[in-house]
Amino acid sequence: MVDREPITCDQLCREISNYLEGDLAPSMRAAIDTHLLTCSRCRSLVEGTRNVIRLYGDERMIDVPVGFGQRLEKRLARNARELHPRWTSWSAWLIPIAALTLFAGGLRWANSLTTAHPLLSEHAQSAKGIPPEMTVVVSEGAKEFHVPGCEFIHNKDKEHTLTAREAVREGYVPCVRCMRKYLETASNTTEPLFPVAIAEIDAHDERQLHHLR
Amino acid sequence: MADVNVALNNPATGTTREQDLIAKVQFGHHELFYELVRPYERRIYAAGMAILRNENDAEDVAQEAMLKALANIRQFRAEAKFSTWLIQITVNEALMRRRKERTAMTEGIDDQRDEGGEYTPRDFADWREIPSEALERKEIRQKLAQALASLDRKYREVFVLRDMEQLNIQETAEALGISVASVKTRLLRARLMLRDLLAGGWQNGWFSRLPFEKGTKPW
Repeated sequence: MVDREPITCDQLCREISNYLEGDLAPSMRAAIDTHLLTCSRCRSLVEGTRNVIRLYGDERMIDVPVGFGQRLEKRLARNARELHPRWTSWSAWLIPIAALTLFAGGLRWANSLTTAHPLLSEHAQSAKGIPPEMTVVVSEGAKEFHVPGCEFIHNKDKEHTLTAREAVREGYVPCVRCMRKYLETASNTTEPLFPVAIAEIDAHDERQLHHLR
Repeated sequence: MADVNVALNNPATGTTREQDLIAKVQFGHHELFYELVRPYERRIYAAGMAILRNENDAEDVAQEAMLKALANIRQFRAEAKFSTWLIQITVNEALMRRRKERTAMTEGIDDQRDEGGEYTPRDFADWREIPSEALERKEIRQKLAQALASLDRKYREVFVLRDMEQLNIQETAEALGISVASVKTRLLRARLMLRDLLAGGWQNGWFSRLPFEKGTKPW
């Protein structure tokens, strides 16, 4: 520590703020501490000033008018409402666009559940009452699905089994031979048959889901 | 809503919560802005009051300043302290209004010059520390407010921004558009003058009913 000359009361008075702010060189701080040990007048000054800073720094010293906060909140809310139309001038276009996009996406999705694929055969005939879980056979390059063992299955070495529901969704149509009874059932109605079949399949799905719930 | 308030007032989480709120307001959730400024609304009002010395003007300026803060919220950068940013905007707004309305005319044209010479504090044989608990009493707060209001504007503004609003010396200088040296000079003088006023108040019986501890203090 570097020794320095003792300071006077006037010097201390000039440094009170820096002393209380901790903004002094160590040697000056030490000199002030030494001075305060023996000078009651300067202790009065330092402690009185410290008291002032503590009192006025207390939040209770700030009195706000009654209702100040509520009025500020209302003003900000009113401003937000006034800004709103400006915001909607461009966002107003976004909302219907977003809605249309969602709607279109929803339609696509809904379609994917029914006719995910176009019918593979333009000669497809309507069918009705095909059990959704019925095991059927399809083969590579063919357009129809068959009852297993149907002699009209093409490319038998490349056949694979799936459910009627899956086959319908993939666009396969019922074989006009082995699936004839379902076609005949359908011919007695005026309803479009594949959608009906799918509707039945979907109803079955719904029942299954309900059961799971 | 209540949860937000608790979080804001919790020193452990307040900063994170505040940063989160700032980000949301910057993203367009303007309805959250009041939650963001509520912890500082008293200080915002006090900043306006220090400069304008009129309750209605101070409130109006506080509201205008907060609208400006909201409008410019995207300019706020995380390295700054949010409360300081709000107070600086309020001080700017108040200074602009004062210039506009020329209320400064009443306080003298040379008011902003730092006085030469040194301030000589008064000696008091029997002045005692005023405990913080005394601030619970409205009449004590009023006396302290009167003492503050009696200071010249240049001292009052620096004192309020530094010792009440807790801006640092540099921030105070920037907010008021004066030098750091001027802030230090005025701050010292303001503190000493208030100390004298309070000590004089003690002698005049302002605090005579306060439950001070018995015992002789050196001042």
